[in-house]
Formats: sequence, structure tokens, C-alpha cells
Amino acid sequence: MKEFTPAPDSASIVSVTDRVKPVALGMGVTSVYFLGPRAAFVGGEENVALVDAKGEITTVAVHSGGILSTASDGKRLIMGGDDGKVVALDAKGEVTLLATDPKRRWIDAVALHPDGAFAWSAGKTATVKSGKAEEKSLEVPSTVGGLAFAPKGLRLAIAHYNGATLWFPNMEGSAEFLPWAGSHLGVTFSPDNKFLVTTMHEAALHGWRLADNRHMRMTGYPGRVRSMSWSAGGKGLATSGADTVIIWPFASKDGPMGKEPAMLAPLQARVSVVACHPKNDILAAGYSDGTVLMVRLEDGAEILVRRNGTPPVAAIAWNAKGTLLAFADENGDGGLLEL
Amino acid sequence: MSEVTSPKIPVTVLTGYLGAGKTTLLNRILSENHGKKYAVIVNEFGEIGIDNDLIIGADEEVFEMNNGCICCTVRGDLVRIMDGLMKRKGKFDAIIVETTGLADPAPVAQTFFVDEDVQKNARLDAVVTVADAKWLSDRLKDAPEAKNQIAFADVIVLNKTDLVTKPELAEVEARIRGINPYAKLHRTERCSVALADVLDRGAFDLDRILDIEPDFLEADDHDHDHDHDHDHHHHHGHDHHHHGHGLKHYHDEDMQSLSLKTDKPLDPNVFMPWLQNLVQVEGGKILRSKGILAFHDDDDRYVFQGVHMMLEGNHQRKWKDGEPRESRLVFIGRELPEKAIREGFESCIVS
Repeated sequence: MKEFTPAPDSASIVSVTDRVKPVALGMGVTSVYFLGPRAAFVGGEENVALVDAKGEITTVAVHSGGILSTASDGKRLIMGGDDGKVVALDAKGEVTLLATDPKRRWIDAVALHPDGAFAWSAGKTATVKSGKAEEKSLEVPSTVGGLAFAPKGLRLAIAHYNGATLWFPNMEGSAEFLPWAGSHLGVTFSPDNKFLVTTMHEAALHGWRLADNRHMRMTGYPGRVRSMSWSAGGKGLATSGADTVIIWPFASKDGPMGKEPAMLAPLQARVSVVACHPKNDILAAGYSDGTVLMVRLEDGAEILVRRNGTPPVAAIAWNAKGTLLAFADENGDGGLLEL
Repeated sequence: MSEVTSPKIPVTVLTGYLGAGKTTLLNRILSENHGKKYAVIVNEFGEIGIDNDLIIGADEEVFEMNNGCICCTVRGDLVRIMDGLMKRKGKFDAIIVETTGLADPAPVAQTFFVDEDVQKNARLDAVVTVADAKWLSDRLKDAPEAKNQIAFADVIVLNKTDLVTKPELAEVEARIRGINPYAKLHRTERCSVALADVLDRGAFDLDRILDIEPDFLEADDHDHDHDHDHDHHHHHGHDHHHHGHGLKHYHDEDMQSLSLKTDKPLDPNVFMPWLQNLVQVEGGKILRSKGILAFHDDDDRYVFQGVHMMLEGNHQRKWKDGEPRESRLVFIGRELPEKAIREGFESCIVS
């Protein structure tokens, strides 16, 4: 990628801030995804703002309250709300109601499978809907913290208190419990399907090697990890939660067991969001002071995308080709960077 | 590198034993014409007769923190709900958390001490306990949960006073005072208390520890005249001020308060480790603690408060001219090791 040319010897950091197209979203933002050519900035409540490369904003109403959970495969964005609804937004900007909780409970987590199946949770119950098949539900021992589909097969990981449950919705009695004390909030499979990693309520990650359920403790964070992103090819897992980007090595069969993580892009602020480039060994990180950096994984070289001095960066994403970077802070001051 | 912060949303914790009148008070708060909007976290849907899209059902999921501290429990559901509510910041002014009748208030309070994200957005305002004037005395005998709720309270709404005689009322009030002499106590029928007396109390605000509690630490202090201009005037006609033991007349067998005072300066290098060790070792027994401290060679007043093993404290302000530089501490708890605490405190005084 020829645009990425940091000059390590120069005193000041290379900056591309003047190439960012500012986007004033006018609403609190919690996450961002690319749907086709447009960036979809998810508001804290009610709306998603679709922004094209020119910076033109189209606002779409998706929920009648807070938007609690989101997942996207690049073709559609599914969301769960405090209105008890699961909705999908496609690249054209059309909204489809996928499910409604009969008791109008909060939809705390959603997940999207590459083949179009989706899952959501309300309270202790996780539900999967796959194609035309009937909905299938599983109740876990406590409130669901997070959901993720395995990259292969219809298998769902459900994070909850004291561990995670792996479940093949189409196989009766297939739920397998992976115990680990504590509250597990977020969950992700490694792209090679060999590892499961959760973010915990305390400042730590926990991982299991799925072949033998061996534990991987990933600790040492000063704050809770709220953002995780697999690097291109799944070689590393980049995470927020510290004043550097922490990247755990997953390239070998042992994953990060007995290894130290890489620590890149230190600032006097906490990393709040991370997004790895889909093709190259580069990541983008947002910080609690509003800074956005692009970082090369190989040597930690940095390029400044956005200056500090604002609320924390809440959302960051690359498009599928890796040619556009979108980001926004909590108050909805966002930007698009074309590479 | 300054980080921009927004004002924290006050959270009132509403406790009370089964049937005491929590829902009545909640309905009053929500229906009264105060121009404020409350988000309400309840354990039972459907009991509240007010239409409000910010009523959230909770499961009271309590879990232990993985920090080796066995009494460090938090409400996991609350962490999640607070996170979701913060997406609707600006749509409500305050949050009320109603607990079940059998709940221990500690995990709720501790959630606001230990959870970084919760702490960033919200502040615990006060623990308000609704008590049933007719049945509380019995419950204090047979239900440890009821005793916990009284001991933990910053504000006690003594409800259903119309269902008891005056001596019965005096009896139940004295029993409450035997456990927790520091809470503000309001007698009500059908929970008709002024909302300003239960909301926005700032009971966990270090800066307001004194301002809102003019009687702070004095209830057990026999060195001065009780002039009856404070909250205890409800007790008129009762004899508890007339003898040396004051409210200890109704000393509770296992839950009590302990107050310490000195007008000599404390050595911070002795006191701080002592206090931290005390709550580490005895934190399971100590429900609440508060203090105002005068340290040796320090012109600033230091204030602290704690819930079980968790402490927070800060230099508050300069001692005013003419203000007596006294250190005062209170502990409310179960089977407090009074002698050891008193001796430990004495050893922190600069001689």
C-alpha cells in the first residue's frame, strides 16, 4: 500500500488529517460498518446514517429507542434495540423487521452468519433463525453477554456468566459449556475456527483452544476490552483497553499461550476502538482523547488520521477492499478517509 | 490530552422488604409533576402503573469479581443495562434502581464503585429504604435482609405509620436508630414523602457528606446538649435522650454502628494503612463507612466513604478558620470488633 509511508526518522508524526472528509452526523454514534459503498454510522438510538464517499448523509430510522447491539457482513447490518426488535438494514437503505421479542425485552446481542442466518438474545435466551427453518432457542444459565457465529458450519457461541456455550442449533443436545469464572461480555471465533475468545467484565480476555478446550488467559489491561479485531488472515487479535493497541499472536497452533502480545501505538490515552485492515497488515485505532491512528503491524509505524481533543472515538471501520476508513467520536463528529 | 466528560447521572437505589411500599413510592415518583424523566430499573415488570418506555426489567444477577475479594460482588445485569441506557443519554434525568424485597443493597452500590464504565457515566446518589412501620420490628428479628437494608440506608422512609400506635412507632424508630442512627428518617403514610427528601441527596458525594447530614456522627455523641432541632425531634416524649446510653438503649444484637472521634491530628502514614487493612480484614462485616479526617501537618480536610471492602476518599477542602480540626468516623456493620477498631484508631493519633 503505497499511501502508507511513515517516516520513522522525522521528528513529527506523518499526518493525513487534511485528507479526511469530515462528516457531522449530529447524533451520538456507537459503531460503524460499510454496507456496499456507503458507511453506516449507527446512532445510540433510533437512526443509522448512511454516508457515501462524497460525504452525503442519508438518515434511516431503524428502531424506536436505543440501539443496543449490531452485526454486519458487509451486505446488511442487523441491529437489536431496547424496543425488543431485531431489524436489518441493507445497502440500499431498506429496513426489514426480522424478529420481535414477545415481552418487548431488550435485544442485548445479535450475530450474523456468512450464509445469512442470524441470532439474537434477550435475557438468558439466544435464538437462531436460519433461512426458512424454524427459529431455534437455547436458554443459558444467565444473561447472554455476546453472540458470535463460527466461521464454518451453523454453530453459535454464547458468552455469559462463568463461561461460554457453544451450540449447533440444528443438533439437539449439542450445547457444550466452556467454563471460566467471571462475566463474559463479548465473544469472537478466530477466522480459522480454532480459537474462541471472550472479553470479560474485568479487564481481561479469555480464550479457549477449541481442539482441546485449553485455556488462554489474556490479562494485564488497565481497562475493559470493548473492541476486538482480527488482523488480515487471522494472525493476530488486536484489542482496545490499554494505552497501546494490544495484539495477541494467533498464527501458531498454540495461539497466544505462553507468548507476549505486541504493543503498538502508545499514547497518553486509552485505545477505545480498533479495526484491522481487511487485506494488509495495518490497523486503525481510535483513542479516548479522540485521536485516530493508522498503525503498521510489522514495525508499529504510525500515521495520524485525526487529532486529539474530542470525546472518545466510538466507531471505526474499513470497507471490504480496504480503500476507505470511516470513524466517529461519541458525539457524532466523524470522518472518511480514502486511500 | 484532556478528555471531555459530561455530567454524571444520579442513581437512586430503592430497597425495602417485601410489602413495605417500594412500588407505591416508585409510582409516586413517576407520577408526580416534577418535569423530570426517570429511567427505572425494576425486578418485576407490570407492577408499575405508569407508561414509560424507560422502564427496564432486571434479573438481579449478582456475581463475584475475579479479584480475590469474596465480598466484592456486583450486579452484572446493572452493568449491561447502564451501558444500554447510556445510548439514550439526554432522554432522562436520573435513574432509579428498585431491588427485590430480599436483596442485599451492597452489590448494587458496589457496581458503582468498581465498574469503570458505570462510574464514568453515573453516580450513586443514595440508598433509600422503605420500611413497614407495622412489621419492621418483626422482620428485624427474623429477616437478615431487612436488617441489611436498614443498615445500608442513607434515607429511610418509615411507611404505614397510620397502622401503628405512637408507642409502636417510637419502638420501631428506636430499633432503626439502634442499627443506623445516621440515615435520614421520614415517617409516611402511603409513602407520601417530599420527593426532595428521597431524590438527589448526594449521599455518596464526598463533598456533601457533611452538608446534607448536619447530625453526622453526633447521634452517639453524649458530650453536647441535644437541642432537638434536628431529625430526632420525632422522638419527643421518648426517654432515650435522658440517659447516658442515648440510642444504644435499643442496641441491636448483631448489627450496629460505631463512631470514633478525636480532636488530635491523625498520622496519615499510620491511619491510611490501618483503614485499608481494617476493611480488607473486616470488610465482610462493615457495610458502610464514612469519615472526615484531620491529618497532621495538613491544612486540607480529608473525607472518605466505603462499602464493605471498597473505599474512596479525597482531600475535600481547606479547614476553615475557627473550625474545630476533628476527625470523625462511622462504621455500620455486623458484629463489629469494637475494641480492636477503637484501639487501632487510637494508635493513628499523633502523640
